[in-house]
Amino acid sequence: MAVTLGGMTDETTAVLADGLRKRYGPTTALDGFDLVVPAGTVCGVLGPNGAGKTTAVRILTTLLRFDGGRARVAGHDVATRPQRVREAIGLTGQYAAVDEVLSGRQNLVLFGRLRRLPARAARRRADELLDRFGLAPVADRSAGTYSGGMRRRLDLAASLVVPPRVLFLDEPTTGLDPRSRNGLWTAVRDLVADGTTVLLTTQYLQEADQLADRVCVVDAGRVVAEGTPDQLKARIGADRVELVVRRSADVPVAAAVLERITGAAVRVDGELRRVQAPVTDRIAVLTAVLRALSDAGIAVEDVLVRRPTLDEAFLLLTGHRAESDDRAGVAV
Amino acid sequence: MTALTDGWLMAGRNLRHVVRSPEEIVLYFSLPIMFVLVFGYVFGSGMAVPGHGSYREFLLPGVFVMTMLYGLGATASAIAVDAGRGVVDRFRSLPMARSALLSGRAGADLVRACLEMATLVVCGLLVGWRWREGVVAALAAVALLLLLRVALTWVGVLLGLLVPNPDTVGVVVFPLAFPLTALSNVFVAPELMPEWLGAVAAWNPLSATVAAVRDLFGNPGVGADSWPARHALLLAIAWPLALMAVAAPAAVRRYQRLGR
Ligand SMILES: Nc1ncnc2c1ncn2[C@@H]1O[C@H](COP(=O)(O)OP(=O)(O)O)[C@@H](O)[C@H]1O
Ligand SMILES: [Mg+2]
Repeated sequence: MAVTLGGMTDETTAVLADGLRKRYGPTTALDGFDLVVPAGTVCGVLGPNGAGKTTAVRILTTLLRFDGGRARVAGHDVATRPQRVREAIGLTGQYAAVDEVLSGRQNLVLFGRLRRLPARAARRRADELLDRFGLAPVADRSAGTYSGGMRRRLDLAASLVVPPRVLFLDEPTTGLDPRSRNGLWTAVRDLVADGTTVLLTTQYLQEADQLADRVCVVDAGRVVAEGTPDQLKARIGADRVELVVRRSADVPVAAAVLERITGAAVRVDGELRRVQAPVTDRIAVLTAVLRALSDAGIAVEDVLVRRPTLDEAFLLLTGHRAESDDRAGVAV
Repeated sequence: MTALTDGWLMAGRNLRHVVRSPEEIVLYFSLPIMFVLVFGYVFGSGMAVPGHGSYREFLLPGVFVMTMLYGLGATASAIAVDAGRGVVDRFRSLPMARSALLSGRAGADLVRACLEMATLVVCGLLVGWRWREGVVAALAAVALLLLLRVALTWVGVLLGLLVPNPDTVGVVVFPLAFPLTALSNVFVAPELMPEWLGAVAAWNPLSATVAAVRDLFGNPGVGADSWPARHALLLAIAWPLALMAVAAPAAVRRYQRLGR
């Protein structure tokens, strides 16, 4: 689905990145990065390590200068009206940005005061957030003594002291245990229900799937695929069916059967006597494929259904492996 | 206006840091005490003072100024540590005054300087130093010392933003600060030095404050005939203001470019 930048007004577009470029010395971190996030939606920016996610978030949150392109957040130009942008945003970066010496409560009160809350209101808001994020029992301990999960929650609370119009979350759940991660997801959903626009980066397909209305896949500093999670999953195939046949001679027949039933591109590994294909309805496909193979008298040694790894998703979307470094430093 | 309130909030943050690590308070007091005792008693006997009077009483205004100068090191390392902390990202993404992190440091260090001043005065009185021109003149002298400290704080802030990491601050500050005190009227009156050295010492910004403070406290060692010595009070106000006018904007500019 194509999005026309020209017709977008500020009320409907919360974040706009138009051809952003950023270089660090010889490294090109962003290479024509385009993004449109409609107000009130959650946009997931999905990409492997080094894709340029953090660079994009730091530019959009006024922390980093950029070399080319245009960026607007909440209706204000990032380069020329950074202070206006800062009034509208909240940021939870990849690394917790809280004062490690101060207690959790002192942190939240300080950030509230710096956002112009009166002293009493700042204290009340701090108490509210400490309760909501389960930090009340440790509220008066130095944030430096917090566990990773507690620090992340404090960091998120800090970006919500004054509810932002646009919230940026850079890999918010990396390094969190599953319980903390679920808590954070719930918090994000609550915010969105209250009308906040969220831009979230992640390395996990599943996280984007859980939270995002639309997902942008980033690779080597540019968006390589874009769509709803369902659209992307349809392209990647939510699951993969993998069959190992007993005799090498049966591999071509098995591949043909699989292709006929799934209608997708089949990968064949003759040496391992393995054929595999992306599927959307795995039970139906499995049932049909196994029946067809048994009708054709082909002996199946092993059957596997699995979700694609991010690596495979990338291979499908970008045509190369996620972790490869051969593209680093290639400038246009 | 927001620059003032935000600076005030950040000063509060820095003072809370101190409260949370009380061992720092001990450091606040130990440096001035050590300076008074070491210099007062090591150099305290047998050094010449122009005119008459005790060397220790000649020396103490210089020790006050030295303490103000060396405070710059603490400022610089606090800023360098802050600049390397993740929380700076949050400060920079908030709609707060760009100068607040720095002016908050300057404000907190002014509070610290007041504590040091009080310690110095008490120690000085214990080793025989006196103010002899009345309370108003003595307070004026203290005000001059604090003015110098505020200016030096901004130099420290700038320095802290220029060094690549907090550990190098100490290495940079001492070689800068030590010659400045040696080539001044802190330990020896410039008229007792070789002529060219005396001229350097007389024009040293520290010397202006030392001379003006000696005069206001009524301590010995005033009355030299050079132009800077005759206009010590004027220079003791002008030098720090000039220093601040250069260092503060440079520091704020440097801070804004941090990580960009
Ligand atoms: N401060 C920096 N100096 C030099 N190179 C950097 C810097 N920050 C990021 N990069 C490079 O820019 C590219 C994008 O990095 P980043 O935006 O952090 O990616 P991501 O957040 O997706 O992992 C990487 O190649 C990374 O090595
Ligand atoms: Mg990153």
